[in-house]
Amino acid sequence: MTTTLDALVRCIAVLLVFLVFPLVIGQTEHKVMAHMQGRLGPMYAGGFHGWAQLVADGVKFAQKEDVVPSGADRKIFQLAPAVALLPYLLALVAIPLGPGGLLGQSLDAGLFFVLAVMGVGVLGSLMAGWASANKFSLLGGIRTAAQLMAYELPMLLAAASVAMAAGTVSLTGILGAFHWWWVPWQIVGGFVFFVSGLAELQRPPFDMPVADSEIIFGAYTEYTGLRFALFLLSEYAGILVVSALTAVLFLGGWHGPMAGSLGWLWMLLKTFALAFLVIWIRVTYPRLREDQLMRFAWTVLIPLSLAQLALTGIVKVVIS
Amino acid sequence: MNLAAVVPLDSTHGFLSPSGVEIVFVLVGLGVLGAALLTVTTKQLVHAALWLVVALGGLAIEYLLLTAEFIAWVQVLIYVGAVVVLVLFGLMLTRAPIGVSPDADSGNRWLALGVALAAAATLVTLVVDAFRCTWIDLGTVAGSTKANGVTLFRYWVLPFEALSVLLLAALVGAIVLSRREKKEP
Repeated sequence: MTTTLDALVRCIAVLLVFLVFPLVIGQTEHKVMAHMQGRLGPMYAGGFHGWAQLVADGVKFAQKEDVVPSGADRKIFQLAPAVALLPYLLALVAIPLGPGGLLGQSLDAGLFFVLAVMGVGVLGSLMAGWASANKFSLLGGIRTAAQLMAYELPMLLAAASVAMAAGTVSLTGILGAFHWWWVPWQIVGGFVFFVSGLAELQRPPFDMPVADSEIIFGAYTEYTGLRFALFLLSEYAGILVVSALTAVLFLGGWHGPMAGSLGWLWMLLKTFALAFLVIWIRVTYPRLREDQLMRFAWTVLIPLSLAQLALTGIVKVVIS
Repeated sequence: MNLAAVVPLDSTHGFLSPSGVEIVFVLVGLGVLGAALLTVTTKQLVHAALWLVVALGGLAIEYLLLTAEFIAWVQVLIYVGAVVVLVLFGLMLTRAPIGVSPDADSGNRWLALGVALAAAATLVTLVVDAFRCTWIDLGTVAGSTKANGVTLFRYWVLPFEALSVLLLAALVGAIVLSRREKKEP
C-alpha cells in the first residue's frame, strides 16, 4: 500500500513539474527576449508583468477550431502531437531532482532511457511533416530527420563519456560518483551535449526544420488550435529536459553547498540557468543553413566528442 | 524491476497456471506479431514504417518484462530512434504518397512468405531445442547493465570484436561509395 501511494505521489509530482515548468520557461522566454530586444513583452494578462500570458494563450488555443486538411492522413496527423509531447513527460520520470531518491523512478539504465525516449519524440515531427499533405511540412520533416541523424551521434558520445567517467549509466549513480573537478574534465563533452540538445529541440540557431520565415513552421504548418499548442509545449518541455539532463551529467545536478537540504534548489538553479542560456542563444544567433549544421556536426562536434571520450578514458585509467 | 519479483519461484512452473508477467508477455508478443504482419501487408508505405515502430517498441517491452532494461532502451534508441527515422527519411526523400502506394505490392510476396516462414521455423526450432524446459529465474535481475557488460566483455569478446570490425568495414564502404558519387559533378 505504501509503495503504491509512494508511486502515485511521485507520478503526480512529475506530472505537475511537466505541466508547470515548461510554462515557466515559456513565460521567461517572452520576458527575457523582450527585454533583450528593448521591449517590455507581455504586461497586461494577469496583472503583474503579464505573468498569466501563457495561460491566456492556452485558453485562446483551446477555443480555436481544430482543422485537419482534407488531403491529410487523418489518424497520423492527429496522433503526431501526442507522440511529440509524451516522451518528454516520460523522460522527466528518470531525472533526479535532489539527493536521497528525490526523483520519479530510479532506473538502472536511466541515461539510456532518457536519450531513447527523447529520440522517439522526433518521430512526432516526422509524422506531422508527412501526414499534413503539404510541401512545406514535408520539407520540415525531411530537415528534422536529416538533423536528427547529424546530432544524435555526438550527443550519445558525449553522454557516453560521462557514463565512462562514473562507471555507470544510472543517472543517480552518475550523480553519486560526481566530484567538482568533473566539470573542467568533461567541459568539452558538456558543450557538445548542450549544442546537440539545441539541435534536437530545433531551437535557434538550429531551427531550420521550423524556420517560420522560409518554410512556415515546417512540420507544424497545417496545425491549429490545441494540437499546435501541444507542439509548442513539447518544445518547452524539451528545453526543460535537455537543460536538466545537461545539469545532471555535466554540472553535478544537486551537488553544491548544503546539498543535503538544498540539493533540489541547486538542481533547479542549474536547470533554469541553462534554460536561460537557451533563450539567450535564440536572441543572439541567426539561423544556420541545414548544410552548415551538417558540416558543424560531422567536422566539429563528432571529433570533439571523440576527443573527450579519449580524454575520459586516459584520465580514468590514470586515476584508477 | 518490480515486475520480475512477481514470478512465483515454487514447484513446477506449469504452463496451465501462468503468472501475471507471463500473461503480459504473451499478450505483448501477440501485439508485436500483429504489428509485424501489418508492417508487411499494409498498402501504405509510411504506415508500414510506423507499424514497424509499434513492433520494435513492443519488442522493447518484452525485453523489459525479461528484466533486460539496458537492452530494452538500446532497442528503442537504435531501432525506433535511428533506424526507423532513417527509413522515414528515405521514404520522404523518394516517394511517400498519402494513401495507397501503387507499387507497395511485390511480385515476390509468396517467395518472401516462404523465406520468412522458413526463417521463423528455424529460429523457433533452435530456441526451443536450446532451452527446452530451462526455467529462467527473473527474481534476480539477470539483464542489468552490469550483468550485460560483464557477460559481453568477459565471455563474448571475440564475437563483439568481430562485429565491430564488420561494422567498421561497412562504415568505410559507405564512405567510399558516397565519395565516388560526389566527384562526378
